[in-house]
Amino acid sequence: MIDFLGDVLAWLTDPANWEGERGIGNRLVEHVLISVETVAIAAAIALPAGIAIGHSHRWPGLTTGVVNIARAIPSFAVVALALPFAIRLGLGIGYWPTFLALVLLALPPIFTNAVTAIRVVEPRVVEAARGLGMRERELLWQVEIPLAVPLILAGVRVAAVQVVATATLGALVGWGGLGRFIVDGFAVQDNVRVFGGALLVALLAVLTELGFAALSRWRSPRGVAQTAVAR
Amino acid sequence: MATDSSAATAAASSSAAIRLEHVSKRFPGASTDAVADLSLEVRQGEVTVFVGPSGCGKTTTLKMINRLEEPTSGHIEIFGRDQAATPAHELRRQIGYVIQETGLFPHRTIAENIATVPHLLGWPKARIRDRVQELAELVGLEREQLERYPASLSGGQRQRAGVARALAADPPILLMDEPFGAVDPIVRTRLQDELLALQQRLHKTIVFVTHDIEEATKLGDRVAVLDVGGILAQYAPPAELLREPANAFVEEFLGRERGLRELSLIPVSDVPLERRCELSPGASCEEALAAMDRAGADWALVIEDDRCAGWVDRKRIAEAVPNVSAAAVPLARWIGPNSNLREALEVALTSHTRVAIVQDGERYLGVLPIERIAQRLEA
Repeated sequence: MIDFLGDVLAWLTDPANWEGERGIGNRLVEHVLISVETVAIAAAIALPAGIAIGHSHRWPGLTTGVVNIARAIPSFAVVALALPFAIRLGLGIGYWPTFLALVLLALPPIFTNAVTAIRVVEPRVVEAARGLGMRERELLWQVEIPLAVPLILAGVRVAAVQVVATATLGALVGWGGLGRFIVDGFAVQDNVRVFGGALLVALLAVLTELGFAALSRWRSPRGVAQTAVAR
Repeated sequence: MATDSSAATAAASSSAAIRLEHVSKRFPGASTDAVADLSLEVRQGEVTVFVGPSGCGKTTTLKMINRLEEPTSGHIEIFGRDQAATPAHELRRQIGYVIQETGLFPHRTIAENIATVPHLLGWPKARIRDRVQELAELVGLEREQLERYPASLSGGQRQRAGVARALAADPPILLMDEPFGAVDPIVRTRLQDELLALQQRLHKTIVFVTHDIEEATKLGDRVAVLDVGGILAQYAPPAELLREPANAFVEEFLGRERGLRELSLIPVSDVPLERRCELSPGASCEEALAAMDRAGADWALVIEDDRCAGWVDRKRIAEAVPNVSAAAVPLARWIGPNSNLREALEVALTSHTRVAIVQDGERYLGVLPIERIAQRLEA
């Protein structure tokens, strides 16, 4: 066991393994890039939609519905489903099916959190804002969104961690990323490589989580954070 | 600066600031009206209180004034102009709005909260800063509290901040929706007194919503009692309301302590005070007894230079050596000339002399016997 971990460490620290198109360095960059891109695209779609629906206080059952559907579909199935789609659209295999699958995966948590985050802003605070003469736009930007930031960020965090973990499956449809080491290692029964790849994915997911926790602390409204600490 | 414009408008006339004409409101899906054909005038410079049980439409009516709710029919005039002609957000910036303390923005400091409307109106920064300082002083907030967030302030302080925020752009009208509902009774009484003191300086047209009849009669120049379904049961000054309830509903809503509440509306200064047997502190035992015999009194007050040193009764006078000042018992309770008859009654009831002693600070003014208070109630 110790020997095995030693081998993994040796594999991870061997500069030769980090170089080139198939090296750890490039796979890591690919993995991070596709994660950032897909979460950004998903946020660009889901945040405005979620915030608008949350602000309107319409369709109360919508978020639960989205969450349930999203839970029912496994990530792998999304990748598998995205593959024929991408081929049909002439996007080929590899990058685009993975991209499509990851965006689909990231949408629900970002969307539902954004809807909920705006919906749960204290009704009296919203009423006061309107009563003092804020227009809807002013209410949204000056009151609702600032107060919703922690929950909105939590949604993006969940999506990002999921995407980082799931991007591994891209290797199954012919794309790169850190999943390459797991899939290829598995094919040639190179357990060191499988384990090393998995370790890197796990580390990246943890780093994502920590990064968002720091971002959330930094961006959360001060008065509200104080309340949380006081309790 | 803040008080100038509002004092001028109040002096101009006592005409209607807000006029509701046949206003009805039915919420979508409801089978009955929340407010039914309500017509009333809110006079300029007065405190008008809407009071009633839950479901009486008092808050809905208030919200129709600043267009947070739109009437289903009828219309509302503000200073003679149809209120629906002004865009809602512009109208609201000219009308102060105070709700229970949770209406403060939790992510903004107290100073930022107070600056909300001036900020929306695009005032220059220096002017906003000066105005915030001025308002903090007006409502009794410490300078240091301005930089804090609402969560770190007490309920009373938050409520003061809410009032300051509503007054920021010096609106002639102030709407208050159960503003003191979330604070404890002691703080509530203090906030009520502060509001009355503030109103003496500012002369705003205030519409105040509460379910507490006591609060209504204390604060209101006029009280509108609303019955379930938004029906106006009575609209009158508090004293008239307590004296002549228009119908059984109003009578029941006023409650059993109607007489006591009426007393709380009459200041002590409205009733002539009496002087009872008074002794100088140098009087001997014999002189004191003789004076009490002449007055037919069982007790006497020891008075020196307009100050009351205490009271004595016949039993204590026997121990008055060398003079009555040695036997005088200091006063335990008294009331000031600004107290009301209800407080006087309370003091008189708990004193075995059956009178309330009235003093202006250290100066003895006279006594108010329990019979005189009762007479006032029958008058």
